[in-house]
Order: sequence, then structure tokens, then C-alpha cells
Amino acid sequence: MRGITKRFGSVLANDRVDLTVRRGEILSVLGENGSGKTSLMNMLAGIYFPDAGHIYLDGQEVVIRSPKDAARLGIGMIHQHFKLVDVLTAAENIILGMEGGLRIDMRAVESDIRALSEKYGFSIEPRRKIYEMSVSQKQTVEIVKMLYRGANILILDEPTAVLTPQETRRLFDVLRNMRDQGHAVVIITHKLDEVLSLSDRVTVLRKGRSIGTVNTCDATVRSLTEMMVGEKISLDIERPEPVGRALRLKAEGLSCVNREGRAVLCDASLEAYSGEILGIAGIAGSGQKELLEAIAGLVPVQKGRVAYVAPDGRTHELTRMSASKIRDLGVRLAFVPEDRLGMGLVASMGMTGNMMLRTYRRGRSLFFERRQPRTLAEQIVQKLQVSTPGVEWPVGRLSGGNVQKVLVGREIASAPQVLMVAYPVRGLDINASHIIYRLLNEQKRAGVAILCVGEDLDVLLSLCDRILVLADGHVTGVRDARTVSKEEIGLLMTSRKEAQA
Amino acid sequence: MSAVKEPLLHILKRDGIHPARALMIRLAAVLASLVVCAVVIVLITGLNPLEVYAGIWDGAVGTNRRMWVTFRDAAILLCIGLAVTPAFRMRFWNIGAEGQTLAGAMAAAAVMIYLRDAPAWAVYALCPLAGVAAGMLWGLLPAVCKARWNTNETLFTLMLNYVATQVVSFGIVYWENPKGSNHVGLINSSGRQGWLPDLAGNGYLLPILIVLTLTALLYIYMNFTKQGYEIAVVGESENTARYAGIRVSRVIVRTMALSGAMAGVAGYLLTCGVGHTISTSLVGGRGFTAIVVAWLAKLNPLAMTLVAFLLVFMQKGANQIATQFGLNENASEILTGIILFFVLGCEFFIRYRVAVRRRGEGVK
Repeated sequence: MRGITKRFGSVLANDRVDLTVRRGEILSVLGENGSGKTSLMNMLAGIYFPDAGHIYLDGQEVVIRSPKDAARLGIGMIHQHFKLVDVLTAAENIILGMEGGLRIDMRAVESDIRALSEKYGFSIEPRRKIYEMSVSQKQTVEIVKMLYRGANILILDEPTAVLTPQETRRLFDVLRNMRDQGHAVVIITHKLDEVLSLSDRVTVLRKGRSIGTVNTCDATVRSLTEMMVGEKISLDIERPEPVGRALRLKAEGLSCVNREGRAVLCDASLEAYSGEILGIAGIAGSGQKELLEAIAGLVPVQKGRVAYVAPDGRTHELTRMSASKIRDLGVRLAFVPEDRLGMGLVASMGMTGNMMLRTYRRGRSLFFERRQPRTLAEQIVQKLQVSTPGVEWPVGRLSGGNVQKVLVGREIASAPQVLMVAYPVRGLDINASHIIYRLLNEQKRAGVAILCVGEDLDVLLSLCDRILVLADGHVTGVRDARTVSKEEIGLLMTSRKEAQA
Repeated sequence: MSAVKEPLLHILKRDGIHPARALMIRLAAVLASLVVCAVVIVLITGLNPLEVYAGIWDGAVGTNRRMWVTFRDAAILLCIGLAVTPAFRMRFWNIGAEGQTLAGAMAAAAVMIYLRDAPAWAVYALCPLAGVAAGMLWGLLPAVCKARWNTNETLFTLMLNYVATQVVSFGIVYWENPKGSNHVGLINSSGRQGWLPDLAGNGYLLPILIVLTLTALLYIYMNFTKQGYEIAVVGESENTARYAGIRVSRVIVRTMALSGAMAGVAGYLLTCGVGHTISTSLVGGRGFTAIVVAWLAKLNPLAMTLVAFLLVFMQKGANQIATQFGLNENASEILTGIILFFVLGCEFFIRYRVAVRRRGEGVK
């Protein structure tokens, strides 16, 4: 790819980026959020069309206008959100949308898939339905789908975000096999350790520009970070010792079912202490969301109880209370939900309108008060360096990191006793992530009991005091984050599934 | 080079647009629509388009009386448009304004008929109250069911329109005057009990003032009150509303009560201020046109005054050219359609910019 430029409105997503992908190698595209990794790759996969620049394949200029063009050229992309039909089998998904005659010889397809799997070391059952599969199995289906369709340039967009450490290792083995068979593999990531352990070369993007390409063997965590961020920053996450630790929140035997009636949280118990960060780890969809929402009174609880211990020692029963009742009780429970724009904020409103979400009821007047929330919004803009054209600009049009700053800023401003955060740094770049960690630690020092659901185990291990592991809706263990190993947490994350199998 | 052509036109999203520029685009759209209308007029009828436009103007505001009728009818349409606005802001698809208005009209008519001999002040007070209550009831039924059992409000409100029509036909059986005519005729034509009084000798003014007051009140309610804020949050995301501790079902019920009540006001105005009668076709599809009014104005009550006026203006003008030039009424609907097409279509150019790809751009 040469001189690729792509604009979205006035935002320059890619500015004259050059990128070379070679067969028989794994290339990492590294960059912070909003640096243009995904949009660049989407142009290779035919999802976007570049505003300027040229793409050459084997020395020949090509124009890729649609995913079909890309597929014809042997380019396959695996997106962060899988594009599979749940009720179909793996094999059906793999051939879905391919051209062919009226008759489909499923048996031939299945044997082809098995042959492919053997060649690269996949484990896949062609007849299994997608909805019965784990996330990593679904990802495997996506990869096989691309290979089956003749892709020899494979692009993976943040493939490890949803995997456990064990699954990640398995994926990397497969990718190495593919490289050794002569395929070109591109992975988009912002995780440095993955870059170093997997890829042969790294191209670093920053603010839409290509900063440079280096051979992985010449790179270190520090040098790559500097290329990515553009300055030297400290990568260490602080972990102050808890002070004045006292029981603040106690949940016992919580059970929830989802809309389809499937149990998503089974008999989960936890204790949260003031001045402490309790990390909650687990594979995506293991009940983390439900656990927090059950405590916050946002999903109906089937069984179990939740109790809040106020600093003055009085205990409030929160079981089966709606969020509004908990608020009326005077329990200061702040919650940064996973779905920031769909639950925590109102996307079409500005920051002021969103600050009001927590405080608009104040006073007896029929009318709401806008001055205070506006001041608060301005304070948050300043303190957390939110980049926005103004406090009335719709928050839905801010970048992910800024959206999160607005949300976290508001929740902390409510001076909580218990602060629950779900994936607080998902989609945030290194700088923004460290701002969030700093804020969490500030709250911890102020004696807030913090529950933090996270996906990056390295972060959880260095930020939290204790880690609770969820697997398939069950609490499989609580460990001291200072002494536990990453492997042990990884095992706890999958222990339920293996026990069932 | 490859076999595939590069696309010639690109569509780019605008970040924002200067209000003056947006206004220019809209004016250009109106102008363009008039030109296209002129071409269509010449092609289909061979008439002089300027004469046709003059006819439209004449029909809508040509005489003092026509002007006031246009204003009043615009006010009624606006009132129903106001009624659906809070529901739509809440993403509650209330397409039952027709029925809610009719229910209000029917209740007001019933008061006029049965309390003919009550003291005048009582009839004056009870007619609007009955209208509001009936409209509210018609709005509350689907809201309560939605809040309780999550029923589909689109179907529910739509079906209630037919129920309202049937209830009115049932009433007409009792109230028809003269007997056997299947019409109710003017109610209280001699004593004028319950009729909206003239204001400064002008029979059209009072309904207009009532609706304009409602417009201002609704604007304030939607934009500056706590309840208006709750409606906006629920409309954006019920999850966010629950997260913020808003009782969603209560907001749904309360908002639909308001929506139905305002439709009830429109029904009251139709019966006691305009028609002084009741019939199944009293509302005449305005409950649906009001939806167009609300959305064209992007749910802004102030902008809705203009939209309602434009639609009624075109409709009155259309009737005029239909008689004056012996045109089919459809001809005028074609014109209205063309104008709406341009006015709505120009929003695209306000939101997006079309760029032409220049060859060789960006090559090093």
C-alpha cells in the first residue's frame, strides 16, 4: 500500500500511509486507538475506499472496491465482531454467500474443512452450531472461512481481545503455522507483548501516519511505546496499600437469568472493602456484566442478597431494589457500565445534559438547573483533558477515550462510597488508560470500595488488591493479586468449562 | 491499471454547518422545487405556472376570510402535531392521534348535547375537560399496556383509531338530527351552548391563540423541565434511563397521558370551535398528517408552526386551483409532493457534502 489517505469528514484517519506486507511473515500493525489501524486495514479488505493512494498486489496495482474484490484477490479480514450466523453450523457458515451451483455437497465441504484444520493445526467441528461455541471457537471458524475461500493474506483485527491467555497461545501457534505455509498474516493490536512474541515486523501508526516499520527482533517494549505515543511515558501502574479497610458491600449467592432464561450468574458471592480495588476477571460473557448490574439494581435477581454497609456501620439491604430505590436510600453507588453510550450516557446530549443524569432531580422546582452541571462538565473537561469542541457537543460524537472520561468523571464527581467500573480502559489508548488508573487509585485512597471488571490480566494483576474470577457465571476463586500468577487466573477462568467437558 | 473504475463521486459527512449556509440550502431547495413544479405544470396541463401559483396563493390567503380559515386549520393541525411530539421524543410510536382527537371531539360533543340545559359556565368548563379526559384515556390505554406487558404501541394506537371511529358512528345513531339523516348537524345551533366564543368579533382567533399558547408551553416543557428531560433520556435509551434511576414505565404512562390530552384539546377545538358537530370524518386524516408535521420540524414545537402552515397553505391552494383551472385534486398533491421531496431531500446536502474525485490526486 502506498500513500493511502482516508478522511472522515475533517478527520484525517490515514495520512499518506505506506505499508508492505510480505508473504511468509507476520506483520503487526501497532498503534493507539484512533491511530488509523482499523481504517487502514478496512481499505485493504474493501470495506472503505481510500481517498487517495494506491494498492499493489504482487507488483500489480489493484482497486479494491468491495469485500468481494478483496476476496477475489485472496485478502480476508477477521473483524473484532464476528460475522457468523448463530443457528447455522460451522461448515454452513463457511460456505455461506459463496458462489456455486444449486446443490451443495456438505460432505465434501466438511472433509475440505477437516483437511484445512489438519494442515494448520485448528480444532474445529464442522457440524457444530455456532451458538454452541466459545468465542475462540467462533474465531477459528472465521479464520477457516477465510482460508476456505482462498485467502492468502489474512488480516486479524485485535484477535486476542476476547481470548484467555491459553487460547491466545493456541491462536498464535496457528498463525505461525500459516506463516510457515507461505501466507501473509497481519494482526492489528495495541498490545506490545503480543507484537514482540508473535510478529516478524511491526509497522507503527500514530495519528493516522506511519511512524515506521521495524524488525521485531530489534524492538523492545520501551522503544515501541515511544514510537506509538511519541514521547516517553511511565508504563508502571501504581498500587497503593489499602488504608482503613472496612467491609462496604456484601453479595451472597446472587443468581440471574438472561432474557432467554439461561442462567448467566449462579450463586455468586463477593465482599468489597473500602480503600481496596477488587478486580473481576473472566472470559467475556462469564457473568461480569450481570454481577455488576445485579448489585446496581438493573437486572432482576433470582436468588441471593446484596447488603451495603455504610461508613457509620449501619447495614442497608439492597436486594431486589431498583436503581431508583437504591438512590432514594442515600446509598452512593457509582457505576461505570460496559455499554457507555447505551447505558451510562445519553449519546445525543452534550456533556452538560449527561452530567444532569445524576443530579437533575435536585430541588423541588418543576424545572431543572443547568448551571451546576455545566460547571461540573467544564471542570471535567479541564481535569481529565477531554477533547471536545464544547460541553454542549453530543457525547456520542466524541472518541471512545473521551466518552469514558466523561462517564468516569461524572461518576467520581458523585462522591461515591462504592464505585463499580466495567472495562474502564476498553478502547482507550495508553495515555487515557493511565489517566483512568490514576483516578481509580485516587478514589481508592479516598476510601472508596472499587469493583473493577477488566479484560487485560496484566493490568488487573498490577492494579487490583484482590482478584475474583468468574467462569460461566460461577465464582471460581478469589486470589491476592500481589501473589497470584497469570497462569493461575487463566486456569480459574476456564476451570468450569473443563470440568463440564 | 485495473479493470475496475474508481468511483467518481464521494459522499462525505459534514462536521457541522453554518446556520446561514443551511438556510441558503433550504431556500435553494424551495426555489428548485418551484421550478420543477412549473415544468411539471406546463408538461401536464399546459397552463401558465405563474397563474397556477397565483391561484394557490389566492386560495390560501386571497381573501380575509380564506386567510383566517387557513390560519385556524393550520392551528388545528399544529395542535395534533404538538400532541404526538412528546410521544415521539420518547420513541413511543403514537400513530393514534387520529383516534385520540376523535375521542376528545366525541366527548366534547356529548357534553354539548346532554348538558344543553345546564348553566352556560358549566358547559364551557366541561366541554374542554371532557375532551381532554377522553383523549387522555385513548392515549393511556396503549401506554399502560406497553408499560405493563410491553405490548406493541404502533399496532395498539393504530387499532384504537378504528375503535374511536366506531364509537363515533355509534353515537351518531343516538344524536342524528334530523332523524334518519345519519348526520348530527350543528349542535346547539340556536343557543350556542359550549361554542367557543368570538374574540374581538373574530370567530377564528380563540382557537389559534389557544394552540399558540400550547406551542409555547410544550416547547418549555420539552426543553426546560425535569419531566421533559426524562422523556428525552427514555427516548434515547431505556437502559440509560433505568441506570439513572428513572422509572421508565411511569414516564411512558405520564407522557402518553399528556400526548392524548393534547390530542383531546384538538378534538375539543374541532367540535366546539370549528365544526360544531361530530362525524367520523371530523378529524379527516389530520392525525396522520400531524406525524409528518412533527417529524418535518424535527419535533421542535416552534418549527412546527411553520410546517403546519405550509401544509395547510398548499392544501387550501390546491383546492382553489382544482376548481379554478378544472384540475383534478391529484394535480395539487403532485405539487405538494414535489415541494416536500425537495425540502426533505435538501437535508441530505446539509448533512453531507458531495465531492468529485479528481484524477491523480495524492500520487507521490
